[in-house]
Order: sequence, then structure tokens, then C-alpha cells
Amino acid sequence: MFEITEKVRLSHTVALFRIKAPGIAVKRKAGQFVILRLNKHGERIPLTIVDSDTTEGTITIIVQEVGKTTGMLGAMEKGDSILDVVGPLGRPTEIERFGTCVCVGGGIGTAPVYPIAKALKEAGNKVISVIGARSKDLLTYEKEMEGASDQIFVATDDGSYGHHGFVTQIVQRLIDEGSPLNIVFAIGPLPMMRAVCDVTRPHAIRTIVSLNPVMVDGTGMCGACRVTIGGKNRFVCVDGPEFDGHEVDFEELIRRNRSYFNEEKMALEELTYHEGPRCYERAG
Amino acid sequence: MTGPIKPEKHGPKKDMPRQKMKEQDPLERIANFYEVPYGFSEDQALNEAARCLRCKDPKCVAGCPVNVNIPWFMKLVAEGRFLDAAKKIKENSLLPAVCGRVCRQEDQCEKLCLRGKKGKPVSIGNLERFVADYEREYGEIQAPELPKWTGKKIAVVGSGPAGLTAAGDLIKMGHKVTIFEALHEPGGVLMYGIPEFRLPKKIVEAEIEYLAKMGVEIVLNAVIGKLHTVDELLEKGFDAVFVGTGAGLPVFTKIPGENLVGVYSANEYLTRVNLMRAYKFPEYDTPVLRGRKIAVIGGGNTALDSARTAIRLCPEEVTVIYRRSSEEMPARTEEVRHGGEEGVKFMFLTAPVRFIGDRNGRLEAMELVRTELSSPDETGRRRAVPVAGSEFRVEVDIAIIAIGNDVNPLISATTSDISTGRCGTITADPATGMTSKKGVFAGGDIVRGGATVILAMGDGRRAASAIHNYVTGK
Repeated sequence: MFEITEKVRLSHTVALFRIKAPGIAVKRKAGQFVILRLNKHGERIPLTIVDSDTTEGTITIIVQEVGKTTGMLGAMEKGDSILDVVGPLGRPTEIERFGTCVCVGGGIGTAPVYPIAKALKEAGNKVISVIGARSKDLLTYEKEMEGASDQIFVATDDGSYGHHGFVTQIVQRLIDEGSPLNIVFAIGPLPMMRAVCDVTRPHAIRTIVSLNPVMVDGTGMCGACRVTIGGKNRFVCVDGPEFDGHEVDFEELIRRNRSYFNEEKMALEELTYHEGPRCYERAG
Repeated sequence: MTGPIKPEKHGPKKDMPRQKMKEQDPLERIANFYEVPYGFSEDQALNEAARCLRCKDPKCVAGCPVNVNIPWFMKLVAEGRFLDAAKKIKENSLLPAVCGRVCRQEDQCEKLCLRGKKGKPVSIGNLERFVADYEREYGEIQAPELPKWTGKKIAVVGSGPAGLTAAGDLIKMGHKVTIFEALHEPGGVLMYGIPEFRLPKKIVEAEIEYLAKMGVEIVLNAVIGKLHTVDELLEKGFDAVFVGTGAGLPVFTKIPGENLVGVYSANEYLTRVNLMRAYKFPEYDTPVLRGRKIAVIGGGNTALDSARTAIRLCPEEVTVIYRRSSEEMPARTEEVRHGGEEGVKFMFLTAPVRFIGDRNGRLEAMELVRTELSSPDETGRRRAVPVAGSEFRVEVDIAIIAIGNDVNPLISATTSDISTGRCGTITADPATGMTSKKGVFAGGDIVRGGATVILAMGDGRRAASAIHNYVTGK
């Protein structure tokens, strides 16, 4: 059992958890993830490790409540325990001295891009961060990102805060201004990562994206997370989760992520039927 | 219970026919996941064991990868001493309830049975299952008295058949044993791979409980190579490490359309259903696509396990597509028969060409091609050669690829000084399981690259005795 030592609600559908997992806390590096299972009947879901505290022996994860499992996790509180947490899985981000790095975070993707920005900064890079969300209240990790960046830009789709528009427009502007950008890290919803790749591709700026497909075991055993990268089949759990974004078949991944659309809807409806509307729908 | 077998009051019953196990009716069983054969009754067990000729030079024992003393256990069964018979088997095999069910007896012990020369061999596997089940039900399974701790600690990586056997042997030799398992349930392929209707999970759980009772520590959710490396285990005070991580990397066909929604590896399909209990969705949270027309590609036991699982989830149409003929099919005859009874169809001499999707990227059809067999090559194997122009299309909405597994490179990639063979298997001495790295032993599919439960158990046993010699300086 893995105890939740802290919970912070970041928005009405997003919550941050610190979970006691000393072994993982020591081992994990930026870019890696855990798989967790809430209870005996639970499914296994992958979540990026956002941060860790080796003295406390905790890891930090952020969850957006979109389905049954994430909804149930979102309803958990400090002192509750998660049945299984396994990790750290996947390959760590390759941190080097690249020069100028752009870290793009969309929605809750800002949380997993944060450890990368931090590691890049520590390695002596210039870090420019571009973070965005649909609106101001959905923006997460702004303060943390500020601390890890030399420069930070914020965009909201509805203009409630920062630039009125998309993160891609800011990335485009940075390119147009002619500042040399050596590498871009983009984490967020698949359409956002694809859009960032479309912006950087004509300028041949290396762009690393972190993929979050459906997984079961997370150790290379099942192949549920396979995705076409540069025409080859790769497993995100062991070969990723980070890949050269210009080589990712986003269309395929978007389709594969919808594999269980009907089943997920059914599971959520059943949960709502039995337990009433989730608290996150009332809160906030 | 040593020494020669004493003559029995009544000699072997030469006229006794081979006893048939009762089975769940096919029409009933495709609607559930309960085990198919019910097992022998006590009378049947007595009758069947009486068929054994108690050969002086028992070929069956030589045919068993762990050399169970079959005539001895037959004699004990024939005398009604079922619990003693179970103990007798356990001297050589840690998991009789498992092996009695999933071992290929027809190619091992039973193949060499003298009674099989003229008629049918003794039903050794079914009797093994019977006594193991009898012991679990009626016997008091007590943890044996363990010798004083030797002061040595052994790490076992992976809790499949190889790891469980090694752990069981090592703890009985007086060592402290810790098993590290990557998944949330121990048992490896016995839990995630073999379906409930062929190997009920409560049997595997009972075997693992027995190990825990003896004092084996089992750490779940521990991926070695990630959470700890093998090197770290040795540094942290383990005197030796046994690696039994299996061959768990699915092979795909590499034909177009393989990533369409609805195309599964057998590993994923079976893991969802077995380990994650997707057959009980939505009571359990993990879903599996049910489909209407299911194609399983491959001809081994995993293909049959997938097909028989599929027919329980989607009784409409399940077809096994195999590129060679029924003769070459590696699956057990019993599995093929069970599948056939349950309504699984077979399409032989046929190979997949491509998967065809609809607008939403979901599988809707497959293009297949007829094949013919070449004359046997130097290894005696006949290749399946596609017949030009014989392509045809079938409607399929779920495809399950069961064409084999590669080994997972996680351990070899994160362990220093460990030699690997072709295809990434860990190189180990067949007699001892010793690898190129000091203190590290390996066995099962990580060394063999895809074999059977009993061979993995044999490896675990040999490695345990080699580890014992290694840590005690013998």
C-alpha cells in the first residue's frame, strides 16, 4: 500500500498528490512515470512522475479527472492509500547541455514538463518556458516553472491570462524573432504536441514529445502502448515515453487512445449511477 | 519412502481401460470461465493407477524434465495413499497441481509409457492433478521444518514457474529468499498468461501461499532493472541472484495495419482477461474489446488459449488462422480438441497479408493468403510458402497475434558483465544456470527464449542446487 501524504487541488478537475514510495523517489529521473492501481478491481494507469522528495520518500503525481479511475483517484484524500504503485518506468529524459531549450507545457502537461525544465536548467541550459491552458483557472505549475526558467510565457485559449491564443503561436514567435533554439520539449494533449511539431518541423528544430498511450503492464510485455515512430513499431513503456516528435504518427496514436471510448464511458456512467456525481463536478 | 518398490497384493490391472475425466459440457462452458475437466473421482484414480506396470526401468521417469518418481507415486495412489503420493511428487516437483494441468504429458512421461505401446498410456498427468488437488482439499499442507538459517540471502527475480521453484528449493536448504515480482500479483505466466478455465488462479495462489508460509518474502510491484538493478541487489547484501523473468516481449507480424484498434498481441489480450479480470468488466475496471468476428493468428498453446478465451467473450465467430497444416500445429491436442468442441474454427495453410481498417482506424477486415508447405529443409521443418494470387478477404473486427515472444531486454541491459545470446536471451550453463556474471544464475524462458512451464521448473531446481553450492562454498 502506498499512502497519500498530501493532496493539493489545482483546479476543479486537477489534483496533485504526494505518495509515499521511497524506493521510486530515490531512483526516478525526469521523464519517467509510474503505473498505479487504486484497488483490487482497479485498472493500471500510467502517470508521469512530476517531482520527488528523497528525504520524505515521496513522489508527486498530477491527475486530471477524465474517467472512472482518474475520477476515483481525484476523490482520494491525504491518509488514503493506493494499492499498487510501480516504477520508475520508461527511459529518463536525455539531459545534455543543448544551449537554448524551449519547454512547452499544455494543460496538465505543464506538470510533467517541469522536472525536465528543472533538469535542463541544472545542466546549464538556457530555459525558455511556454505554458498554456484553456483558461486561467486551469493553468498549473506556473510558479514552479517560473523558478526553473530563464524566461516564461503564458497563453490561455480564452485570453483570461497572458497571451490570448495557443502556445504554438508563442513558439512560432520565438522562432520568427530569430533567437537560436536548440531543442524543444513539448508535453500536453496530443493535438497540442502535434501542433508544436508542425511549427518546429520547417525549421528542423529537434522536438521531443512525451507520449501517454493506453498501457497495461508498463514493462514491455503486452504491446498495448505500441506506436509508429519513424515508420517503426515502438513500445512507449520501454522505448519511451519520449520520442522525436517529428517522427511520431500522431493520427494513429489519437485513434488508439480512443480504443476504449465506449467502455470508458460505460464505466464512468456506472460509477456515477452508483455513487452520485463525482465531487469534482460539484466542487470548484 | 525410499528403497525398491515392494510387490503389491494385486498386480497391475492389465485389462483396466484408461479412465476418462469428466468435463464441463461445451455449450455450458463457453458461457463461463470455470475449469473444463472436473478431475478424477477417487475410484477413477485407483483404477487408473492400477494400470501402471511399475516397470523396473521406468521410461516415464526419464521423460519427465524433473524426473518425478512416477511408478512410486502410482503405487501409492493405487493403495489409496493419496497424501503420500502427493508428497512423493513434491520431492521432485514444486507445483504438481499446475503441472498436472499444463504439462505436455503426451510428449513427455506418457509418450514413453510402456502401456502406450499397445493401447493407451497411463494417465499420469491426470493422476498428478488428482493427488495435488486431493492434498489441497483434504491434507493439511504444513510448511516443512526448515534447517537453521545458513546466513545467506538469495534474490529471485520473477515469480513464474522458474522463480517459484528456485525459491521453494532455496528456502528448504536454509537460505533466506526474497522474490521480486514486477506485476501486482505473483505467478508470472501462470497468472497473466494461462486462462482460468485451464488453470484456476486459486491453485496458483495456493502454491504461492505455501511458499510464503515457508518464509519466502515476495515483493510485488518491483521491476528489477528499474527500481533496483541486479548489481544493486548484490551490493545490498544478497549473496546470489536467480533471474527467471521469462520471455515477455510480444512478437508482431510486421504486416500493414497492425496498429489498428482491435489488433491485440496475445499477451495483451490474455493479460487483460486473466490478470486484470476484464471478463468481469465493468465489475473490474479493465476493459477488453469483445468484437463479433475474431481471428487468432498462430498455432501454439497461446493461440488456443486466446481463441478459447475469445469464444467465451464473443461466441459468434472465432477462427484460428495457422500458416501450416493441423499436423504441424504446436498446440496440445487436448487444447485443439477443447477448442473445437467449444466452436473455435480452424483455417489451416493460411497466412495474414494485411489488416484493413475503417475510417476510424478500427479493424474491419483482413487480407489472407493460402500457403503450401515446402519439402522439409535440413532441420526437417516445412516452410509455409504463400500461393501467388490466392489472396482473399475476410471480415474481422478483433485480431489476436499469437506468434511467439522475444525476451525482455530489461535485465540484460541493466546488468554489468552479463553475456547474452542471439535474440537477447541470457547465456547460462544448462547444468547449473550459472551466467557469466559472478553470483547471478538464470533459468526458464529468459534463457530458453520460449519453452514450457516444466522446463522452467527444471531450470529453477538445477539453479537452486547450484546456488546452494555457490553460496556455501561447495
